[in-house]
Amino acid sequence: MARLNSSEDLERLRREILARRDPKKPCVAVCAGTGCLASGAADVVAAFRRELDARGLADKVALRGTGCHGFCEKGPIVVLDPEETCYLQATPADVPEIIEKSLMGKEVVERLLYVDPQTKEKTVREPDIPFYKHQKRMVFGPNRKLDPRNIEDYLAIGGYRALARALFERTPEQVILEVKESRLRGRGGAGFLTGVKWEFARRAAGKPKYVVVNCDEGDPGAYMDRSLMEGNPHAVLEGLLIGAYAIGAHEGFFYVRQEYPLAVENLGIALRQAEEHGLLGKNILGSDFDFTAQVHRGAGAFVCGEETALLASLEGQAGEPKPRPPYPAVKGLWGKPTNINNVETWANVPLILNEGAAAFAAIGTAGSKGTKIFSLVGKIANTGLVEVPMGLPLRDVVFKIGGGIPGGRKFKAMQTGGPSGGCIPEELLDLPVGFDELTRAGSMMGSGGMIVMDEDTCMVDVARYFVDFLTEESCGKCVPCREGLRQMHRILTRITKGEGHEGDLETLQQLAETAQEASLCALGRTAPNPFLSTLRYFRDEYEAHIREKRCPALSCKALIHYWIDPAKCRACMLCLRKCPTQAIDGGKQRIHVIDQAKCTNCGTCFEVCPAKFGAVRKLSGVPVPPPIPEEQRTLVRARKQDE
Amino acid sequence: MSDVVLHIDGKDVTVPEGTTVLEAARSVGIAVPTLCHHEKLAPYGGCRVCMVEAELRGATRLVAACTHPVEPELVVRTRSEKIDRIRRSVLELLLAHAPDSTRLRELAREYGARRDRFEPDASFCIHCGLCVRYCAEVKRKFAVGFVDRGIRKEIAFVPEIAAKECNACKECFELCPTSYLQAAFVLVESLAFPRPAETDRTEG
Ligand SMILES: Cc1cc2nc3c(=O)[nH]c(=O)nc-3n(C[C@H](O)[C@H](O)[C@H](O)COP(=O)(O)O)c2cc1C
Ligand code: SF4
Ligand code: SF4
Repeated sequence: MARLNSSEDLERLRREILARRDPKKPCVAVCAGTGCLASGAADVVAAFRRELDARGLADKVALRGTGCHGFCEKGPIVVLDPEETCYLQATPADVPEIIEKSLMGKEVVERLLYVDPQTKEKTVREPDIPFYKHQKRMVFGPNRKLDPRNIEDYLAIGGYRALARALFERTPEQVILEVKESRLRGRGGAGFLTGVKWEFARRAAGKPKYVVVNCDEGDPGAYMDRSLMEGNPHAVLEGLLIGAYAIGAHEGFFYVRQEYPLAVENLGIALRQAEEHGLLGKNILGSDFDFTAQVHRGAGAFVCGEETALLASLEGQAGEPKPRPPYPAVKGLWGKPTNINNVETWANVPLILNEGAAAFAAIGTAGSKGTKIFSLVGKIANTGLVEVPMGLPLRDVVFKIGGGIPGGRKFKAMQTGGPSGGCIPEELLDLPVGFDELTRAGSMMGSGGMIVMDEDTCMVDVARYFVDFLTEESCGKCVPCREGLRQMHRILTRITKGEGHEGDLETLQQLAETAQEASLCALGRTAPNPFLSTLRYFRDEYEAHIREKRCPALSCKALIHYWIDPAKCRACMLCLRKCPTQAIDGGKQRIHVIDQAKCTNCGTCFEVCPAKFGAVRKLSGVPVPPPIPEEQRTLVRARKQDE
Repeated sequence: MSDVVLHIDGKDVTVPEGTTVLEAARSVGIAVPTLCHHEKLAPYGGCRVCMVEAELRGATRLVAACTHPVEPELVVRTRSEKIDRIRRSVLELLLAHAPDSTRLRELAREYGARRDRFEPDASFCIHCGLCVRYCAEVKRKFAVGFVDRGIRKEIAFVPEIAAKECNACKECFELCPTSYLQAAFVLVESLAFPRPAETDRTEG
């Protein structure tokens, strides 16, 4: 490959690539992200290759393994372009039929289409599926159009044009101004204005300067950064190059979580291809801008995603946060000015230069511009990665994109912002998505986790769960976090066990204040959010646990009892047989009774009792009614009639 | 380096740029309590009892005096209801580990901290890191380090080094704010029962 030595070279190559490609040529795009690979995408790709060859279609149909499409739950995903016919949960066995019906003919394979769980309606085209229809996929969208291992795919959709524009048409100051005007805020959690941060680093004294990509992504359940890095590494690199040019850095680091081998692999390929094309290394695109980048694999601890801990880890020290100031922009890697941004932040940069700051700033709320990718999980029909414009009401995310709560259950709360985020209750569901909006509601944007909870979720237990996670992840350097969280976790655990007492909430609030105000890093400072937000919106649940020893959601094991309603039991013997501790007494035609002394609260009886009987109930905060007398246990035939 | 003028508890204080708020306060005789600070060691910011209120251009926040650099026009308050509440809370958390530490009890009296606010914890170490950092930064021997992370973090001597160095030194013992015996105990234990894990000085 000849090096590109100018902006014109780049455009010439782009025209060549496009001329070689027939937009009408059918293309099979199979998602080859980590999620779909885990559900067998590689075999689907192999089957397509084999079957296309066997039919002599290899030249007539393009086959592409792409980045993650986001609807991971329904993978492997196959999309046939240019029609955008979308097949879900495809297997190698489906491939011959797809080829014969949809590629050779113009038919649709009905059984592989998306089916609406409620209306049972089928959707043919990917963009019409409700999960996608209400999204705005500016950053994440290209994933679906390109093979991340082929730079030509990225060039074909306009890749590196923004870089050329920055290098040849803008001074570094102008680039910074443009990013400032776009009002892009960091997607890694704190939401700091990216352009302002770049300016600090540009103005900071000291050389060399460094730029860093934060792909540590330690939030359990979040994987947007992984999906971008795997699915569109060139976009992240292009953003990084533009930022480096703006700041005056010539060396960059990708700090990638150890558990992301595919991201590391695809990124490595991207860096090599970029270098071969003269987009990385000396005299990029023939300009006098030089830049090299290295990939560093992170150790894995959650706290290593915190910028000062990440930099310490890059330097080979223990991954512990350091006090700020000095900020990395002034004194970062090896004491030099360093600009660190999140993967998604970097991936937004080319977009701003291509579309213009004004177009970018036109999307969103007053304080939050552009889009944000969220990982939508929990008690929701459609789970996956979703990209929405800032300002979209949370309700639309839950009901339009997420398809609502399955099983006829009621929505209770949405937890946003990762482990140290907070819970947003039903009454605030119209809240527009945005940094300040979420913070004001007692939660945060964080890196973009969204966990939907239904009425069966106990909010005290949710707080306990997240505080437990954070206690485990505390680096242990400072007291309010290490010791404060340890104690908060103890108290919350006690409360969920029915051992809470008066004064616990005050102690928890005191510990929360101490951690928020006095912790060294943002892990400790945000760690009380799960407690504080649930206390703010679900105080009655805390009080029920503490005062009445009752769990209103009927979820805390220590506070519930299983009881068989004698009026509903049909003596079907199901629960009796399944109970692992033989705690259920009964027989054919004999109403079943749970021996509370033997019951371990495992809940098996509750699960197996047929829905049409619904005889097993959970009780909390009320005494278990005494077992009905032996002589009344015989199931009377007559009762069958009034059913 | 140029001088910076700031205000601490109503006093104007002039110190060279790069000075910490703690040093600036102490330079004019204003006491700020510390547990993990030591003049010979790099600022650490672990114990957080030195939290003070720092006001700049109308915005007030709490900062650790031992690590926070002075800024021109900074208005510092070293005592307030909130600061006292936070110091009390930090002390109570530490007293769960070392209820008999003289230093902690002294401060506890000053801030009204209770010894039994929280369930006692088995380890006496309060993780100030003084012994670890002193050995590394001043003695440059690296005989004692932290192992593990977070709530499981503890100090440990590296038997190979400790066997050679510690008997003649023991300077870290008296730095310990909980009691001499803490480091001494761990040292004896490490020498008597060396664990391979103790050679691992890095955490996380
Ligand atoms: C405990 C903790 C974990 C963090 N983890 C990440 C992470 O995994 N990825 C990330 O981009 N930022 C993470 N951050 C935020 C970073 O410290 C930093 O703010 C961010 O990388 C800055 O980039 P941005 O301005 O583009 O958001 C974390 C912060 C804390 C306190
Ligand atoms: S707040 Fe927690 S994670 Fe951060 S430095 Fe303190 S102990 Fe470590
Ligand atoms: S043993 Fe003592 S000096 Fe060493 S870290 Fe623990 S409390 Fe500090």
